[in-house]
Amino acid sequence: MDIESLLKQHADKDLLRFITCGSVDDGKSTLIGRLLLESKQVYEDQLAAVQRDSRKWGTQGDDADLALLVDGLQSEREQGITIDVAYRYFSTPKRKFIIADTPGHEQYTRNMATGASTADAAVILVDARSGLQTQTRRHSFIVSLLGIRHVIVAINKMDLIDHSQDRFDSIVADYRAFANKLGVGHVHCLPVVALDGDNVLERSDKLSWYQGRTLIELLESIPLGDEASSADFRFPVQYVNRHSESFRGFAGTVASGRIAVGEGVMAMPSGRQSRIERIVTFDGDQQSAMAGQAVTVTLADEIDLSRGDMLVRPEARPRIAEGLDARLVWMADTPLNPGRQYDLRFATSTVAATPQLIHHQIDVNSLEHHHVDELGLNDIGLVRWGLSKPTAFDAYGEHRQTGSFAVIDRISNLTVGAGMIVRPVTDELADKSSNVVWHEHRIAKIQRAGQKSQRPAVLWFTGLSGAGKSSVANALEQALFQRGYHSYLLDGDNVRHGLNRDLGFTDEDRVENIRRIGEVARLMADAGLVVLSAFISPFRADRELVRELMEPGEFVEIHVDASLATCESRDPKGLYAKARAGAIKHFTGIDSPYEAPDKPEIVLDTETLSIEESVDALIDYLKQRQILV
Amino acid sequence: MNDQASQRQLSHLEMLEAEAIHIIREVAATAEHPVMLYSVGKDSGVMLHLARKAFYPSPPPFPLLHVDTTWKFQAMYEFRDWIAKDMGMELIVHINQDGVDQKVGPFSHGSKTHIDIMKTQALKQALSHYGFDAAFGGARRDEERSRAKERVFSFRDRNHGWDPKNQRPELWNLYNGRVHKGESIRVFPLSNWTELDIWQYIHAEDIPMVPLYFAAERPVIERDGILMVVDDAARLPADLDQEPVMKTVRFRTLGCWPLTGAVESTATSLLDVIEETLKVKHSERQGRSIDRDPGASMEEKKRQGYF
Ligand SMILES: Nc1nc2c(ncn2[C@@H]2O[C@H](COP(=O)(O)OP(=O)(O)O)[C@@H](O)[C@H]2O)c(=O)[nH]1
Repeated sequence: MDIESLLKQHADKDLLRFITCGSVDDGKSTLIGRLLLESKQVYEDQLAAVQRDSRKWGTQGDDADLALLVDGLQSEREQGITIDVAYRYFSTPKRKFIIADTPGHEQYTRNMATGASTADAAVILVDARSGLQTQTRRHSFIVSLLGIRHVIVAINKMDLIDHSQDRFDSIVADYRAFANKLGVGHVHCLPVVALDGDNVLERSDKLSWYQGRTLIELLESIPLGDEASSADFRFPVQYVNRHSESFRGFAGTVASGRIAVGEGVMAMPSGRQSRIERIVTFDGDQQSAMAGQAVTVTLADEIDLSRGDMLVRPEARPRIAEGLDARLVWMADTPLNPGRQYDLRFATSTVAATPQLIHHQIDVNSLEHHHVDELGLNDIGLVRWGLSKPTAFDAYGEHRQTGSFAVIDRISNLTVGAGMIVRPVTDELADKSSNVVWHEHRIAKIQRAGQKSQRPAVLWFTGLSGAGKSSVANALEQALFQRGYHSYLLDGDNVRHGLNRDLGFTDEDRVENIRRIGEVARLMADAGLVVLSAFISPFRADRELVRELMEPGEFVEIHVDASLATCESRDPKGLYAKARAGAIKHFTGIDSPYEAPDKPEIVLDTETLSIEESVDALIDYLKQRQILV
Repeated sequence: MNDQASQRQLSHLEMLEAEAIHIIREVAATAEHPVMLYSVGKDSGVMLHLARKAFYPSPPPFPLLHVDTTWKFQAMYEFRDWIAKDMGMELIVHINQDGVDQKVGPFSHGSKTHIDIMKTQALKQALSHYGFDAAFGGARRDEERSRAKERVFSFRDRNHGWDPKNQRPELWNLYNGRVHKGESIRVFPLSNWTELDIWQYIHAEDIPMVPLYFAAERPVIERDGILMVVDDAARLPADLDQEPVMKTVRFRTLGCWPLTGAVESTATSLLDVIEETLKVKHSERQGRSIDRDPGASMEEKKRQGYF
């Protein structure tokens, strides 16, 4: 290839940023060393230096210890661990990569959060011998907290477990079960030997049972930037460029979405409107600008606009509020104290703010919520902030750039925390949830649910016995709980033995059974809960009755679908056998009909979907319907 | 980089360019008294180009600062003055007068002392003298192992010291440049660029470069294993009685002429240079004698305030 075509190829590459994490000694540095070495980013003299250092510090005898290509600072080397975020660069013919290398050490949640904040993907290292560790869980949690949608789990040191596929499969199953609870978007697992490079760039015979993509192929195939470019337009004004009397340009980087000349924009928080007149760059005017581009725009009208303001489209505005709830990673030795004033640094604006209350602290290992009075170094919590002025922002889940903030200590000037916005706090919400309850006012359902950052709903699972209703409903409830949502599952166990103890299985009793369950579900939805019910509920009319009890949109009918033959062959409780033998009467599917829903909101075909996949589908749906915020 | 935005993915160079422009604007918007260090080299050239893009149609709202060790190549001085004039930038040149009075130089005092007095100390003097609270530098993280952990906004205490343990976390694209009086921030907009990116960008944007980067016949003396191009024969020490020989060489990095090793090369055009860079098997700083001390010597220098 001649130099010009080579340059052309390099010029067309895109850029993927990823973070690597793993516990100490999982082989992370070795893996990165391998990536750098094999993509020829290591120069001979660097390798020579590493060989020299290997004799002094290395763990590989006289061989070059690849980890030393990566481990950096003197003081760290003396301790034999990496303790900060280090950035590495390499490229393949398709793509350029920036690695944020973060430590596996217990105490460095803050470094991981830092590295993850700019990453598009995460590579999580697992030592095949030890499987999932507490730290693997913690790293995965932080990855999901920071909104990374693609996780690659590299199960390393396969050579030390005889390249065992069984072992690999069981680690993968463990991981998927856990990732599901967290709501990580896309999980890819692969077996590797970092030391020899197996499945890093090249496949190996020893792992021939693995048919999937190598690490580099995975990294090359992760889609880029689609979220930011398809999101609503956000342009935080960074710098006002006054070139002359007639030129007043607003410089900034498009945080998300796109805009074109002539389109209408609104200034936040003032609400003033105008149109984009020009999009100016050094290389000439552009017709439009997209997420990631640094441009200067001019407006058709003279409106008041300065650094810290945001340009948006009038029909797709961010929230403006004087308070917010945010997940917070605390990064300083001095704990966060409610009541003390800090500066919050949003995209380009700085706002004085006071933490008013710590809703809870999240245990990164167990994901449990605890009540605490302060957040210490490396703690993660949900915190309510009062802002000194109305501020425009988004939810982090939808807008990474305009839904995040850094917390700055006003005295030391240090960056002490990282915030991911969950929701705005309006006066109404603040009143209702700050212990002051107005007795003369009824608390509305929506307020109760808003406090839990969800919308009330009844998820009605229906289907044959053995179709998987309870398994899916249980797994979903687990997933909701782990994400901090408030739900309750009504099923045979907690209803049949109490509330409906007096009912049998005649058609009348079945109708009454469902009616009572519907009423209980309604009360619970009124309390703001996401209610799950898992009963066969065979009759269409009964289910429609419950739908009628609920407000429009609250009832979500989920058909858990599997053929009678499949259900009968599963027969987990031996009921079909008994029904066939005549020991149970009126058994749905055998001697009592099942009326499948006409237009269920969701159909889960459990003959093809795993429980995890069903839960994923449900969570996606609930998010899309904004039942989960 | 004049592509219209369509429904497409930005290329890595476009992303790096946008990121650098964002960083440069951030400093201009938040620092009280910023300055851009200009070392005449290719990285400085790219950084200056990005600064012009960031504020177009206005000129960058800060001056350039050149810390002159008095031992740079003549071609660098000429180029520097031409660039400042051509781009309409204010140029501040600072020389450590103390060092000059004591006749500090690389031959008489050795590279370590020379760099310390004429470069490190000189830089601190200049920053304190003018009261700059933010200074842009063209350093990249891929240059050297210890730089891999450097922040984009690197905090320096009142003594211009850098403490690797006390750097601010950098989240998303939020940079914290707040300082108390006397403290400062070094800002590295090119942090995420590699050497190849730099060359590629120079090519794409047609950024002017000092001729020293291109191969030409130059008078060379081999000294301590490096090829030294004799820029000013009158300043050679008496004991160095070797006759320079003419060789076709060029430079991969630029610094003080007695300390910067040339490489033999026939690359006379930008494309030749890029081709050579792609093929090269020796890392860039090898030509600089400052990194020859074993282990993490660059880290030591940074702790003491070297850029
Ligand atoms: N047998 C074997 N050893 C490995 C493999 N990957 C890494 N190691 C070794 O595991 C140890 C820890 O590796 P290192 O990369 O320093 O781990 P880090 O702490 O995660 O960066 C070193 O002795 C490596 O040589 C592998 O795939 N197989």
